[in-house]
Amino acid sequence: MPKAILIDTTRCTACRGCQVGCKEWKNFPPVATKQRGTHQNPPDLGPYNVKLVRFSEHMEADGTVKWYFFPDACRHCLDAPCKSGASLPDSIIQDKETGAVIYTEKTAKEDFATIKSSCPYDIPRLDPKTKRIVKCDMCIDRVRANLLPMCVKSCAMGAMSFGERADMLKLAAQRLVAVQKDNPKAQLCDMESVSVIYLVADAPNMYHKFAVAEAANTPGMTRKEMLAGAFSPLRKIAQSLQG
Amino acid sequence: MTQSYTDIANADAVLIMGSNCAEHHPIAFRWVLKAKEAGGVVIHVDPKFSRTSARSDFHVPLRSGTDIAFLGGMCKYILDKKLFFADYVLNYTNASFLVGEKYSFKDGLFSGFDASKKKYDQSQWAFEKDEKGMVKRDKTLANPRCVINVLKNHYERYTLDLVSQVTGVSKDNLLKVYDAFAATGKPDKAGTMLYALGWTQHTVGVQNIRLAGIIQLLLGNFGVAGGGINALRGEPNVQGSTDHALLYGYIPGYHNTSIATWKTLEDYQKANTPKTVDPLSVNWWQNRPKYIVSLLKGWFGDYATKDNDFGYNLLPKLDPGQDCSHLFIFDRMYQGKIKGGFLFGHNPCQSFPNTNKVRKAWDKLDWLVVGEVFHNESTDNFKRPGADPKKCKTEIFLLPSAYRAEKEGTISNSGRWHMWHYKAIDPIGQCRSMGDMVVQIMGRVRALYAKEGGALPDQVLKHELPATFNADEMCKKINGMFTRDTKIGDKEYKKGQLVPAFPLLQTDGSTTSLNWVYCGGYTEAEGNLAKRRDLAQTPMQAKIHLYPKFAWAWPVNRRILYNRAGVDLVGNPYNPDKAVIAWQDGKWVGDVPDGPAKPMAQGGPYPFIMQTEGHGQLYGPGRVDGPLPEHYEPAETPLTVNPFSAQMSNPCMKQVHASEYDVLCKNGDPRFPIVLTTYCMTEHWCSGSETRNGPALLEAEPQQYVEMSPQLAEEKGVKNGDVVVVESLRGRVEAVAMVTVRIKPFTVMGKTVHLVGMPFAFGWTKPKCGDAVNRLTTSVGDPNTTIPEYKACLVNLKKATKVTEL
Repeated sequence: MPKAILIDTTRCTACRGCQVGCKEWKNFPPVATKQRGTHQNPPDLGPYNVKLVRFSEHMEADGTVKWYFFPDACRHCLDAPCKSGASLPDSIIQDKETGAVIYTEKTAKEDFATIKSSCPYDIPRLDPKTKRIVKCDMCIDRVRANLLPMCVKSCAMGAMSFGERADMLKLAAQRLVAVQKDNPKAQLCDMESVSVIYLVADAPNMYHKFAVAEAANTPGMTRKEMLAGAFSPLRKIAQSLQG
Repeated sequence: MTQSYTDIANADAVLIMGSNCAEHHPIAFRWVLKAKEAGGVVIHVDPKFSRTSARSDFHVPLRSGTDIAFLGGMCKYILDKKLFFADYVLNYTNASFLVGEKYSFKDGLFSGFDASKKKYDQSQWAFEKDEKGMVKRDKTLANPRCVINVLKNHYERYTLDLVSQVTGVSKDNLLKVYDAFAATGKPDKAGTMLYALGWTQHTVGVQNIRLAGIIQLLLGNFGVAGGGINALRGEPNVQGSTDHALLYGYIPGYHNTSIATWKTLEDYQKANTPKTVDPLSVNWWQNRPKYIVSLLKGWFGDYATKDNDFGYNLLPKLDPGQDCSHLFIFDRMYQGKIKGGFLFGHNPCQSFPNTNKVRKAWDKLDWLVVGEVFHNESTDNFKRPGADPKKCKTEIFLLPSAYRAEKEGTISNSGRWHMWHYKAIDPIGQCRSMGDMVVQIMGRVRALYAKEGGALPDQVLKHELPATFNADEMCKKINGMFTRDTKIGDKEYKKGQLVPAFPLLQTDGSTTSLNWVYCGGYTEAEGNLAKRRDLAQTPMQAKIHLYPKFAWAWPVNRRILYNRAGVDLVGNPYNPDKAVIAWQDGKWVGDVPDGPAKPMAQGGPYPFIMQTEGHGQLYGPGRVDGPLPEHYEPAETPLTVNPFSAQMSNPCMKQVHASEYDVLCKNGDPRFPIVLTTYCMTEHWCSGSETRNGPALLEAEPQQYVEMSPQLAEEKGVKNGDVVVVESLRGRVEAVAMVTVRIKPFTVMGKTVHLVGMPFAFGWTKPKCGDAVNRLTTSVGDPNTTIPEYKACLVNLKKATKVTEL
């Protein structure tokens, strides 16, 4: 049965337990960072940061401050464009049982730019040492051992839930109704096409440029085409022609 | 906390003030979210918009150090609009008590002030008593000296206009908070107040909390589910260490440290045991002598007998008025009057205020023993930037400490839950737990004493010391045991048997207890109750998230204190849907009641059992700086006039004077026009000495920053991410500018006042992460507690031309 993660950003306090917990579980090395005038650090996802809490602050015309938190990571698309975009059959695989999209060691042989640009959420990153392409694997090792993914496990606020997709969709719908009472713009991001579903209280782009898959993020493509990966082979050809 | 964490979920209104709950008490905040999702309103009043504000219904920015003005305005609003819970106020608080004729308040000073000593004669604030010694009351509340009228009179000056001008909070925002919170004055509504160091770390810290207590009494919010005043205490077991008297002024169980003028045990007991002639007042502290004798008996064992005052004279005694809090300890150290000492779980060279002075004081020690997990600014002070290690005379012994997961023991959380934690792995290398270190060191000192003698031999040799440290055995000793076969009523107890609960502790030496509040937490039948993890509850308990079988709460597993105030005179809960206790069929059901006695209508006692007269104290003559909270400006203030009175700062404020660093800006000093407030962070723990060694944490928060408004940044020509130098009269700190709309300039008395905020977690031992922000803060403290004013001082800032710390 496919699994899903519901991330209810209206409960997230950006404690970054998920960001740190993920890194600890994966035993990723530390990354040198600088304070740049924001709490968001590291600045972006990276080969050693496959989960990152994004911070974005806004002031409305009446002076009301909104501060949004978005624990960003792979959405594990039901029909993953990155998988369609891969040249090898077993570099990017989808676990049948959970729906987790897994990057294997063979991603080192893939063209990183192709894989990265195929992702509507700007998730894949390259490990400069191993040349492997890296992203969240839904903690497939933990899930197979009947444990929660590390981000969900470490979420002290109960903002993240993991379970059967059907159950998560039900929970998501319930939470949406509750949140919409005070937040008419609330929505579930790309619920029908992804396994990691974000509940946001405002327009998704107020949280993160790539919170939802929008055609605008990938020129020349509609969202449907992009998610279906329909253009990936064409893009590859185009790239090879360009040299 | 009067409540437990789980109880926060029951609140109709949650006022988070003086706390950044989501960032610093994340797990507590989960219960805040539950309250919100159940329809409660969550209000955050704080100088900056934080992650707590982001999850609250609304955030109201307040100039740091003006909480009493803000809450005084709320008090006036509640009284003027008659939004208080009238029956509760009349029956359960001291509203009807008559204040004595000697009490007065004029232009910022209460009666009895001695300006030369900066002290009040508190006897002038006493209640008026009749010839039998009963406090006089006027239940009609007509007498102008009734507490409620004195209160009204006192806060008459706290008008919406003036409060708004002083606090920098708009009138709309004031009303928004006042309306939302005062709505809990209805019998079936409850509001909780969550605070932390944002209230305590001011020169008016205790009075901040007193005023919160006054408001909660007016609204009838004590003793009910979802009410109370809740100090969110630190993860370093602040509750447990307070219970066990980490502070110099107390011995375990909330008893005063002895002073030299209390020469005998009888003197001590007499001076510390309150009396009332009112038969309806439980006056629980009348039992203090039992707890003191049981404590002495626990400490000194067989040596302690009635004839030698149970060893009372072996206790160290303070001189009257002596202050041994850390401000004064470091002052004496700076003057070279302290030779050496032990340091556990502290990083004073980073986290104590006026750090430049503290670091120099540290240099003057001959010897120092530190138990630590990591090197930090205090262990390595001798090689700090600018210091010459060769010139340091201090011999330092660094004892490697076991980390949390490497030892077992208990933690007491803010809700007074005594909770066992298990050891996960053995300590690495030569690391030991602190308990083990203390027992081993003291054991060897005693062996040397036995062989060679030494100063104060009885003090060193007469107390009971185990051969090895065992946390579970320690729990038993804290609970207490019978020292001989004893019969109490018709029940017999054997020597060595655990005392079932503190009402059985005795003054004759037949019982021990190292801390009476924990007595009952370790039983013969069930063992160490701190180990319980049972979530069972009755349907009544389930309605209010009360888990009586999960761990154990002091006192006697009562989860909500003063719960007899949550029912009416006949014992019916004010809010039947969220009842804490109820009188049913001749007994109390629900939580453990504040005593089994019948309801008041049947002759039962007043509900506030810890108060001498049994009533909640709207007027409280026990604090050294006044019976009613009054707004005073912080020791360093951007104002030149306190609009509330001629008294600028707290007249009793504690201050030290030893060094060139003990200096304060003059009022409204043009050189330092910006208010600085300091705080901890989610990603780092306290001074950061542990967490800066956690790579993933340091990666998330790598360097010192200063949060400022875009307006201030523009004024100073600073861009987001620029390095700036922040300066006070005492020091300078480099920090990265975090320019953010989450900080707004305040309009105070018609002028713009800027506020900046800085975390205190970054220190020089982690290269290029910055250094102690406390080099900027002041050595002044609250007169009751001497807690320093970390939360408000004056600074200026400019763009850095040269960067050395980052």
